Amino acid sequence: MTKPLVEVQGVSRQFDVSKPWLNRVIEGESRRYLKAVSDVSFSIPRGGTFGLVGESGCGKSTVARLVVGLTAPSAGQVVFDGMPVGGPNWSSQRRRVQMIFQDPYASLNPRWRVAWIVAEPIRTFGLLIGDQAVRERVDELLELVGLDPRDAEKYPHEFSGGQRQRIAIARALACEPDFIVCDEPTSALDVSVQAQVLNLMRGLQYSLGLTFLLISHDLAVVKHMSDAVGVMYLGRIVETGAQQQIFENPQHPYTQMLLDSVPKLDVVPGDRSFEDVGAEVPSPIDPPPGCAFHPRCPLQFEPCKSEMPVLSDQGPTRVACHHVARRSQ
Amino acid sequence: MSLIDAAHDDAQRGEHLLAVRDLRVAFPGRRGSLVAIDGVSFTVAPGEVLGLVGESGAGKSMTGQAIIGLLAPPGRIVSGEIHLRQRRIDQLSRTEMKKIRGSKIGMVFQDPLTALNPLFPIGDQIIETIRTHKNVDLAAARARAIALLQEVGLPAAEERMAAYPHQLSGGMRQRVVIALALCADPELVIADEPTTALDVSVQAQVIAVLKRACAERGTAVVLITHDMGVIAETADRIAVMYAGRIVEIGPVADTIHAPKHPYTRGLMGTIPKLDEEADTLVQIPGTMPRLGAMPDGCRFHPRCKDCFDRCRLERPELIPLQKSSVACWLWDDSETARREQAFGTAAHD
Repeated sequence: MTKPLVEVQGVSRQFDVSKPWLNRVIEGESRRYLKAVSDVSFSIPRGGTFGLVGESGCGKSTVARLVVGLTAPSAGQVVFDGMPVGGPNWSSQRRRVQMIFQDPYASLNPRWRVAWIVAEPIRTFGLLIGDQAVRERVDELLELVGLDPRDAEKYPHEFSGGQRQRIAIARALACEPDFIVCDEPTSALDVSVQAQVLNLMRGLQYSLGLTFLLISHDLAVVKHMSDAVGVMYLGRIVETGAQQQIFENPQHPYTQMLLDSVPKLDVVPGDRSFEDVGAEVPSPIDPPPGCAFHPRCPLQFEPCKSEMPVLSDQGPTRVACHHVARRSQ
Repeated sequence: MSLIDAAHDDAQRGEHLLAVRDLRVAFPGRRGSLVAIDGVSFTVAPGEVLGLVGESGAGKSMTGQAIIGLLAPPGRIVSGEIHLRQRRIDQLSRTEMKKIRGSKIGMVFQDPLTALNPLFPIGDQIIETIRTHKNVDLAAARARAIALLQEVGLPAAEERMAAYPHQLSGGMRQRVVIALALCADPELVIADEPTTALDVSVQAQVIAVLKRACAERGTAVVLITHDMGVIAETADRIAVMYAGRIVEIGPVADTIHAPKHPYTRGLMGTIPKLDEEADTLVQIPGTMPRLGAMPDGCRFHPRCKDCFDRCRLERPELIPLQKSSVACWLWDDSETARREQAFGTAAHD
């Protein structure tokens, strides 16, 4: 078996959300930490797509930042092609990992022409020498993402959301990366434009052999794009497995609840009850003891309140749930 | 006029609660006015849930704002009529409109944090609204507020009366906003993207609450959203908007499972589905035209794969079919051959 391109090994990240020192002394409080990501592990084979789903606040964007090295992990490490991210020789590999952000209105400099935006990484990494060569490469990249080379002279405000996301993709591709982290790449777009961008990403993956980490709250998008999927809840992966297994045969009660609560096109009105979905996501500063999902879980029993379940192989997927573990014994 | 007739036929049932006829909303500007909504007509029957869908910029929110008289200036209604129970409401004065808002028409906005006053406890805000519209004393209003909060599923409603909006989660806030919209027993609620700011699991709860509370009271709902799934599970009828016009309106099952307008068909194909495996998604090329540069004829024709000469020249109005109406020349009686070519021989209504 070939080694996976990206390996995330037991990564955790906590943020200090304590009050200032003086307030802590006067009010007699201790430091408080927000555990954004706890002990997350997964790996992505070369040319594959790993989808990470979860509701807001579950830590999926923090995982994206950890994987590209924008945030340093508190524990664990991310290994890219055999080299730890953020390690001693990381800067020479930096070019090979790129990121596409959610909001194409915020991720492009409004004062720069598209040609400069796309050419910047080429110049920074010294991939091509000479204005003419750079210019030709920019034209080529714009054509690759379905824009006109003449668009290079325009500014970002002259484009629609979908076209801007294409520019962001062109810029990410300018460094000739192997691995792209896509953090909610289509959440700001309309469905018809979303389809264009998703099809473009798919096509580029096939033609350039890219590896993707796709982060989204939209289950249907993750299902459409991914080979393997991880479901996150309050900073932990609660279930992970092949795309087909997760969506057709979910084991964890949270995954089942998520899939059930997505509004579907072919449901007969009045044919189902939403009501059984209880409560909302608790605060990651003060997570419930034991399994973080237990206050919302219809299947909870004694150990869920005290013991943290660990990921273990449960038939088709890896699941962190006491109930599933007991059932399979 | 065929347009008004179409709107009439639409509701099948006798009296309409809300009738919008040939509504046009424009923004006057230095280089002539920009028409954002161009000839929109539909009706809502009492107790009915009408879904208004479309992509951003289609004019769906603006239609909602026009109905309750909250169009952001300089936008204004330039022609057309809006009737609520036979009473024309698009020309009322500000003070008269104020009486209708809240008491006759409730409103649920997208972002519950901006819809609630951050400086007052939620209980006070509900009591104030009840007492503005209904002649009741404080104790009765308070009891009613608690009952409403219980109805929308706010746990520990009595204690939460003293809570400020920031102390509640997004889903809880949206429940409070729904309680506010319903507190004067309106006949119609306009819900503008009520769940877009919420997570899926919470979205399902909030939709269920809205749907149940309105069904129990017989309140009609105009549900504005871009999410086809939400509409499919909630609405009785769907109106699909594109570039300021309704392109297709009809019962949910027909519009979703047998869409007739090429735009609706494309839109359905672009949605990634959980229960289907597809290698590539259907793609509608291009983007919605800008307000200042609307194409002649059918506004969808530059992106339409079934477009022919007539589409470029003449603008289609809604053509009434058996259950639904479609604004597309393919459904004109004289274009049967073309229609069969585009849809296959199974195309009939």
